[in-house]
Amino acid sequence: MHTPQPKTIVEKIWDNHLVATGTEGAPDALAIDLHLVHEVTSPQAFDGLRERGLRVRRPGQTVATVDHSIPTTDRSLPIVDEIAATQVSRLEQNCRDFGIPLHGIGSPHQGIVHVIGPELGLTQPGMTIVCGDSHTATHGAFGALAFGIGTTEVEHVLASQTLLQRRPKTFEVRVDGDLHPGVTAKDIILSLLSRIGVGGGTGHVFEYRGSAIRALGMEGRMTICNMSIEGGARAGLIAPDETTFEYVAGRSHAPQGTEWDAAVDRWRRLPTDDDADFDRSIAFDAGELTPMVTYGTNPGMGFPITDRIPDPARLADTNQRDSLRAALEYMALTPGEPILGREIDVVFVGSCTNSRISDLREAARMLRGRRVADGVRMMVVPGSTEVKRQAEEEGLASVFREAGAEWREAGCSMCIAMNGDQLSPGQYSVSTSNRNFEGRQGAGGRTFLASPLTAVASAVTGRLSDPRALL
Amino acid sequence: MSMGREPFRSVTSAVVPLPRNDVDTDQIIPARFLKTVNRAGLGDQLFFDWRYRADRSPNPDFVLNRPEMAGRNVLLAGHNFGCGSSREHAPWALVAWGIRAVVSSGFADIFRNNALKNGLLPIEVPSEDLARLFALVEADPSAQLTVDLEAQEVRLPDGATIGFEVDGFARRMILDGTDELGYLLGLEPQITAYEATHAPRVSTVA
Repeated sequence: MHTPQPKTIVEKIWDNHLVATGTEGAPDALAIDLHLVHEVTSPQAFDGLRERGLRVRRPGQTVATVDHSIPTTDRSLPIVDEIAATQVSRLEQNCRDFGIPLHGIGSPHQGIVHVIGPELGLTQPGMTIVCGDSHTATHGAFGALAFGIGTTEVEHVLASQTLLQRRPKTFEVRVDGDLHPGVTAKDIILSLLSRIGVGGGTGHVFEYRGSAIRALGMEGRMTICNMSIEGGARAGLIAPDETTFEYVAGRSHAPQGTEWDAAVDRWRRLPTDDDADFDRSIAFDAGELTPMVTYGTNPGMGFPITDRIPDPARLADTNQRDSLRAALEYMALTPGEPILGREIDVVFVGSCTNSRISDLREAARMLRGRRVADGVRMMVVPGSTEVKRQAEEEGLASVFREAGAEWREAGCSMCIAMNGDQLSPGQYSVSTSNRNFEGRQGAGGRTFLASPLTAVASAVTGRLSDPRALL
Repeated sequence: MSMGREPFRSVTSAVVPLPRNDVDTDQIIPARFLKTVNRAGLGDQLFFDWRYRADRSPNPDFVLNRPEMAGRNVLLAGHNFGCGSSREHAPWALVAWGIRAVVSSGFADIFRNNALKNGLLPIEVPSEDLARLFALVEADPSAQLTVDLEAQEVRLPDGATIGFEVDGFARRMILDGTDELGYLLGLEPQITAYEATHAPRVSTVA
């Protein structure tokens, strides 16, 4: 009897989407189910189509929104930054010319591209999803193979709805056990990154498994998958289960009726087979985790918030020593000092990592009845216009406002600081976003990445604080 | 159907040394310069926040500001070059400044893809060879390297060579001066056949 080769979920999705197996050394051509487009990485791709006289092959599998360069202030006003305004109007023009649905400024569906895909039910298990944005891995939370691409590849997908790709290696990340109160999905991913470093997953796709991952809701799972690229993996995913199906069911673009039943039957066959092999594996226990924070200038430079700044002199590798030394110099931190109690200037709750309704509920629960410390600016930027609406309906927005935080319109905002929401040189932020690279939140700005709970605890005290003291 | 660029076989040049690990794309070109709708003209923004001080005066300590670096085509960089965002503006900026090959012990996946699509060679060499190259350039800052894509080797001034692997398909495209979209569009029959048997899994319009 022929026994089929056991496969990982990645291999199953890959094989389901093979348009052409690469011959004579060419990569495979992979069908793309959903292409997400935004204003920053698309204009040059549309220009390429025009130069070649090409159309968009599948406008109905393509969707656009504006998120990166738009202001998060009053939407009834025109965009002051002329260059950003041009970029936004160019996207509007391109969507009109090529027939692509656009959730632009003023649309109730506008938002960060990785927030609106799941919200609208466009993101579904078993899909291939791409976007000219490295945080596309977010959609992997649904058991989709989702990854970021460059603008040339955006053009390829617009023109052909396919992409030339080499089959990636697989990397099992197993997290079992139970998280303690005050420790969240963000702490799981920051802990993984601190273990493997920013390049640890290069060439691989992460599959997050284990009881601690299963116990998370979809939004926590998105937080984890979102930062896969911070470990060097273009994609990271979680096999779909009842939690996934429950989240997708009833959303506007989700299958309905008998189509829904057929889809769920298909999705149940996606999880990795029991005997499938991974190229690499790592495992750790969620019960051993504490709130995490980054101290350096890449997301792999993180540790438990109760730790002390590491000493570069103790590193044997010269390159690593120099990198850590440069990072601490940029951050103006001294080896051996505790990070707890460090004064901060700005708290940013937002980004495609942590701006969904459950993030805002968690943040508001801790902030209720407390106030943002004097001298600290706290910004809360919902991930989508729909999240904003919901947060206002639930009374979360008033909690933020009454505590002295700014409640803003949806967008990427201070995660990438393209739209004027930015740190001043030398300022420290506690940010729920995904990158602490030099200048990421504004030239000269210094970022501590952390969970929404750690962000709120720090906002209240004005110092980097352990959220467990405020639970 | 393919759009041409100049065929590219090898480059010989003195080296811009950047001995730093994990150089991310936010350093290669900061996000605030991504509001452009063009590909061209990004050379001035390359490594902007390392190149210029807050008052916009050149930072004399940064390697690109040394006068002898002008016109060099090979960047020697620490491990995991190009990590972070998917911005293709990173290779666009490097190419616009004049870089044709980056030699490192490792590249981030998306950067590597983006570089190859722009004729910028991401040349991965073993870490001990990278250390040897940094030492060579430190001893003789004007030492010239040849990065030969056709022979798949880096040649040192003393005649020594370091072989490298590169994606064979991308290599052929760069040597021929063609691009991948032409190849992809040539798969039209296969794409049509796939679509005939696979209904779209989702509709963004309905």
